[in-house]
Amino acid sequence: MLEVRNLHAEIAGKEILRGIDLTVNDGEIHAIMGPNGSGKSTLSAVLTGNPLYTVTEGEAVFNGQNLLEMKPEDRARAGLFLSFQYPVEIPGVSMTNFMRAAINAKREYEGREPLNAADFLKLMREKRKLVDLDSKLAHRSVNEGFSGGEKKRNEIFQMAMLEPTLSILDETDSGLDVDAMRIVADGVNKMHTAKTSAIVITHYERLLDMIKPNLVHVLYKGRIVKTSGPELAKEIEQHGYDWIKEEADARYDD
Amino acid sequence: MNSEQQYIDLYNEASGMLKRHAAEALNAVRDRAFADFKAQGFPTRKVERYKYTDIPALFAPDYGLNLNRLEIPLNPYDTFKCDVPNLSTSLYFVVNDSFYNKMLPQAGLPEGVIVDSLGHVATQKPGLIAEYYARIADTREDAVTALNTMFAQDGLFVYVPKHVKIDRAIQVINILRADVDLMVNRRVLIVMEQGAEAKFLFCDHAADNRKFLSTQVIEAYVAENASLELNCLEETHLKNTRLSNVYIEQQANSRVNHNVITLHNGVTRNRLDLVLKGEGAECHCNGCVVADKEQHVDNNTLIDHQAPHCTSNELYKYVLDDNAVGAFAGRVLVRQEAQKTISQETNQNLCATKTAHMYTQPMLEIYADDVKCAHGSTVGQLNDAAMFYMQQRGISKKEAKLLLEFAFINEVIDKMELEPLRDRLHHLVEKRFRGELDKCEGCDLCK
Repeated sequence: MLEVRNLHAEIAGKEILRGIDLTVNDGEIHAIMGPNGSGKSTLSAVLTGNPLYTVTEGEAVFNGQNLLEMKPEDRARAGLFLSFQYPVEIPGVSMTNFMRAAINAKREYEGREPLNAADFLKLMREKRKLVDLDSKLAHRSVNEGFSGGEKKRNEIFQMAMLEPTLSILDETDSGLDVDAMRIVADGVNKMHTAKTSAIVITHYERLLDMIKPNLVHVLYKGRIVKTSGPELAKEIEQHGYDWIKEEADARYDD
Repeated sequence: MNSEQQYIDLYNEASGMLKRHAAEALNAVRDRAFADFKAQGFPTRKVERYKYTDIPALFAPDYGLNLNRLEIPLNPYDTFKCDVPNLSTSLYFVVNDSFYNKMLPQAGLPEGVIVDSLGHVATQKPGLIAEYYARIADTREDAVTALNTMFAQDGLFVYVPKHVKIDRAIQVINILRADVDLMVNRRVLIVMEQGAEAKFLFCDHAADNRKFLSTQVIEAYVAENASLELNCLEETHLKNTRLSNVYIEQQANSRVNHNVITLHNGVTRNRLDLVLKGEGAECHCNGCVVADKEQHVDNNTLIDHQAPHCTSNELYKYVLDDNAVGAFAGRVLVRQEAQKTISQETNQNLCATKTAHMYTQPMLEIYADDVKCAHGSTVGQLNDAAMFYMQQRGISKKEAKLLLEFAFINEVIDKMELEPLRDRLHHLVEKRFRGELDKCEGCDLCK
């Protein structure tokens, strides 16, 4: 699915990613944890092609395609989805128009006809139920006036609409109460198949109780410094990151 | 030679002919306007209200004028199909400055309503015209208005009697048509008596790919409790210069909704002077500009609060692409007697390229001490975060830009009260942004 090798990236001349290696196979769920400022969101931004970041070294191959050479929209159409940590409000653009543009762009990329209005609205209704999103929100402007929880559910709704093969969830649990987190996790689990994969970026073990990862990685100072099974999340919850930081600082002299 | 000299010479030579081909009520103010024009000359950019448009340069080229009223062959119905779906209007045409009277709408207007040639009515009912004509359009204080008054021979006159409500919108298509470069001085006079209601849609088109310089003066008198909606849509071409001066006087508890939309043009300067003269009057003035290439659009407004308890709202939005230049200067004057005024003035602009320029100057001048007034303006670029968000959902950069621009401008279109016109404008603006609208749809006129 995804093969990242020695990925380096910087923003405004400051190196944030300093050699990421990561392999995600079909059907796998990977969790990425790590202290604040370690580069987790940068990794998701670089993989999805955010123009604020510059890749200085390394490669990323997504289902056989050189991801780093693709435009952001083509990465999305090829099946890469990012649930944003801070979903953007777009006043004046209705959720319906936004989703229709997105769905039809993807269909065009796949050589399929655009979805007719009736089928599109049916699809919207169906997927909305999955994350219990109020139909009123679908008629509003994208994320405008949505509460924090609604914004996050709206991300998962969009994910359900676009049916990506690889989803990156960037702190989708932050700002969610337990019930909302359950709804989000259920939505993600329902969509998960042997052919789709997910990278879950989170600070808390609680989400990983609901979305079971195959592997947990710890990102620190722009590198993956530890990879282990789901039990690693529990250890971090109990002991924090200090012991991992010490190990890593001893290994890398910087 | 100054550019005004050729117009002074022309008036000296041709004023006899000019007057022979025009009604006495219009001639009565002509010499006074000429004196005012001579005294002022064209405003340079040092004149505050003309800071953003170089008027002398616009008048320097040699334009023909049709002072002896040669008839210009054109049947607008043959070529004009540019209607607004679901909007049934009473349709009138003005060719250059002449009211087209050969085919008038079948459906009758309510009794007492006049929609006719200004020149014709000035002959038939000179007293009615003399009472209003060139009263609020002050020739001492604007050389373009003075020039228009010097040369104006015809245009449109509308009279709506007391308590008459015209449900059907009155649509006036201004067509510029000529085989030579032409100057047109068009005049519009609207008189709304107490409690009268009417909605207008003026559409400016150019039928020929010539250079046109048109000046237009619209005077609208809105009596107590009357309601006027005035929509002006400009869709011409890059060789077209339009100087439009709109004067509106509102009496107590009257309501005006004035919308000016520029989609295609060369150089446009719109002046709006609106006086809230009677208590409780309310006005909503909006502007929508979509400009690219070398278009130049300058909106200059003055809202003059002279009476208490009046409300004014202004929203002007511009989207500028390529090398387009936009200007908005809006002065809101709240006089000492205008207590309890509520006024909001907003100008928001989007520059899509580094070479597009926007000049904005909101001005609030308050002499009363119990008012609620606000003004503000912004000039921005497209929101990068929103662009990336949309691209991450598979929407191309081009489409994302379009969605953002469209969303930005929709706010002002939605202020318009004629719903079918709103729908039509949504459609036109979307096509305009997609670059598919180099001329309006289904219309053979706009070239």
